[in-house]
Parts: sequence; C-alpha cells; structure tokens
Amino acid sequence: MSLLRYRPEFFANLKEVSLPFTRGVLAGLAAGELVSLSGPLYTGRDQTHRRLCALLDEGRELPVDLAGQLLYYVGPSPARPGQVIGAAGPTTSYRMDSYTPRLLALGLAATMGKGARSAPVRETMLQHGAVYLASIGGAGALLSKCIRKSELIAFADAGPEALYRFEVEGFPAVVINDLAGNDYYELVAAQKKKGEG
Amino acid sequence: MREIFSAEIRTAVRDLAIAAAHDLEPDILDALLAARDREEGELARNILDLLLANADIASRERIPVCQDTGTGIIFLSLGQEVRIVGDLDEALQEGVRLGYEEGYLRKSVCDPLTRKNTGTNTPAVVHAEIVPGDRVRIVFLPKGCGSENMSSLSMLPPSSGVEGVVRYVTERVVQAGSNPCPPVIVGVGIGGTFEKAALLAKKALLRPVGKKSGRPDVAALEERLLAAINAQGSGVHGFGGVNTALAVQVEVFPSHIASLPVAVNIQCHAHRHKEITL
Repeated sequence: MSLLRYRPEFFANLKEVSLPFTRGVLAGLAAGELVSLSGPLYTGRDQTHRRLCALLDEGRELPVDLAGQLLYYVGPSPARPGQVIGAAGPTTSYRMDSYTPRLLALGLAATMGKGARSAPVRETMLQHGAVYLASIGGAGALLSKCIRKSELIAFADAGPEALYRFEVEGFPAVVINDLAGNDYYELVAAQKKKGEG
Repeated sequence: MREIFSAEIRTAVRDLAIAAAHDLEPDILDALLAARDREEGELARNILDLLLANADIASRERIPVCQDTGTGIIFLSLGQEVRIVGDLDEALQEGVRLGYEEGYLRKSVCDPLTRKNTGTNTPAVVHAEIVPGDRVRIVFLPKGCGSENMSSLSMLPPSSGVEGVVRYVTERVVQAGSNPCPPVIVGVGIGGTFEKAALLAKKALLRPVGKKSGRPDVAALEERLLAAINAQGSGVHGFGGVNTALAVQVEVFPSHIASLPVAVNIQCHAHRHKEITL
C-alpha cells in the first residue's frame, strides 16, 4: 500500500476490501467504517450518466456490464507523460441522483463520490442491496497514488467525463450508506446534536 | 503612459494558472494546520492530515491539488496610466488556454445548454477594474464547482437586519453539508445590488484566509458567523468535529433603502489562488 508512507497510523487501520464486492463483503460493511479498496472499478460523472441513461432509453446495450461493480464519480485531470493518471478525487454525488436508481436496477453494487444521497437513491440502494461510499474530496493528488491502471472504455469525446476502468490499490473510502439503511452523515449529525443537548 | 505588451500578460496568466493548481499558498496551508491542531474529532483530524499530505504531494510531484482545476476567474486591476499593446482580453483567455494545456489541468468549461466541453477551459470569467497608477495586478482564482454550486444569493427585506443575515448565511453553509468539501471558506457579500453582492462575496475570498474585516462591526459579524457555522455544521467532509469553516469573510457596500442583498460564495478547502503585479 503506497499511501502507508504518508500517514501510516491512518492507512494501516483501514479494512481491506477486494473489488468487485462479493455479496458477503457488501453485507459486512457498516456506515462509518473506513475501507481500503483494491481491484477494478468503473468511473463516471455527469455526462457519463446522461449518456448511459440515453442508451437505456433507446433500448441499447451499455458499453460495460455494471452488475456487481463499483462506480466511482470522478473526472480526472490529464496524466502527465509517464503518469498513470492526474489528480483523481471524488466529485459531488447528488448530481448523479436522478440517474442512479436506473443503474442500481441493473445490479450496480456500489457507488462512490462525496456528499449525501437523495431519499429515492437511498431507498433504491436498500431495495437492490447496494452501498454508497465517500472518498476524500480535494485530495486528488494523494488518491492518484492508489490508481495502478486506467483504461478508457467509452465516451472518449466527453473528455474528463469519459468512462474509464481503473485498477486501484489501497484506495481509501468511508462507508456512508450500508445495507441496514444507516447513513453515516446522519449518524454524525445526530451525535453532534446529542452532544449539545 | 507605461506600455505593457499583451504577450507579457498572456505568459503571466498561463504561469498563474499552472502554479495555482499545484501550489497552495501559505494562508490556506496555515489555516488547515491550525484547524488540524484544534480539531477534536478523530476522523476529521485524520482527514485534515491527509489534505496536508495531498498539498505536499501536489506541489512536489506536480499533480493538481484537486482534479477539479476549476473555472478560471481573473480579477484584473488595470492602472489608468497603463496602455496595453495588443488585445488584452485575448491575452487573458489565451493565457488560460495555454496554462490548462501545458499544465495538464482538467478542462471543465462547457456550453451551459448543450453541455459540450469547449476543450480549452475558456472562456475564463474576467472581472476588470480601473485603478490609479501604472501597474497591472492579476489575481487568478480557479474555482471548483463542488463549492460554487452550494453558493446562493437572497434579496432580504431590510427588516431582517443583521439577525436575518446571520440566519441566512448560517443556514446556507450548514445545509450544504459535505457537498462543498468542508472545511470551507465562506465569502459573504452584503449590500449593493443583485450582481454587486455576488461579486463582493467572491472578492471576500481574495482576502488572506482568516484576515478580519477592517470595520469592527463587520469583523464581529464574521466571528459570530464562524462560531454559528462551526457549532451547527457538518464538520470536515461531513464527518463531525469543529471545523466546518476555516473563516468567514464579509464585504459590505451601501445598498438601496429598500434592499438588503446577501450573497454567500462558498470556497472549498483546496483554496487555490495566485497573483502577480506587472
């Protein structure tokens, strides 16, 4: 784990999780848990979602099978020569909320971005047994160190909004929404309120 | 009249854009360090540590601090005794285009309706003003949109008073939750007109982080807003603790007797800004 050299006391204590998730691993994730992800994932943000849903509208096949996969909301900066990728931290997730239920219905197992999800997305996640993770917004340089491979899959003309397949190693994230219906942001807010009272 | 060639401005803007994306200024780094020292939450403190590590990696390895290298915003103060030789606006835009291309920065600007990327990160948003003297000051503020999207403006009735302002600003920042990448810097513009308030809020972000207003009552308002936001806010990335905002910076301007415009411009912790005076 290359990030160990930056803050070993933090990175050494994350729960190691292999991608794609198994049903058992998904069920074992709890809101607030810190995880370290290793394996393949797909990326997408605004335009990617718009285009995936347009393909679904037309009854056409998607360029990837999202069943069981993790979709990471990111629009990386370009790689310098010799780099795998540029900065690649999470973007704000609520902008994907209107598209997410359709992808969850296809079996998408998890999404990762930053910020809270809408009530309909949370309900749909519960219905399909999917989780939502947050990574560290504004830490794109640090997070780029966990991306071992980046492969363009579709929508090349969308530039930073293209769909990529990443191979990550030791990628840090926090479980926000688990299969029991917990929301870590809500748990933190409730705890803060309780502390005041 | 002092003459400045537009090519000099183009090069300056290019260099500012590249430097801004990679090298955080001491004001924001000091603010993050201070936040880390006072943070009570364990996860929040860890995240602040990671943000400081991120800034270090970005600067040393020339990887942008954040992949959202922003919309380019240029504040230009043009001395009235300066004559620009060549096309000034073209020089500013070309400087941005070159900076984003040569610096391996993400091009994030698109048509608002078709959503087609312009491919150059231009046009940049330019705010120019004429000032006394024979110098040209250029401030480059690349603005990520996770935070920009959480910004807002309200035309409050004057009867709302200072209490109404406090309520509105606090509510906006607290409701933004973890979306704008807290700990944030909150720029507030009070007064003027609809567009003036918004510009004041953005200009408030140009002040060094944590530098108080020179007007005692405004400085007191800044303190009060910061305390309210940090008492109620989501904390670092929504993970609790005492650092939702690093600073609240308020700019005021006289308004119409019937009006109390209030604008809130939120800036993320990756507060990138660079300036040069030619």
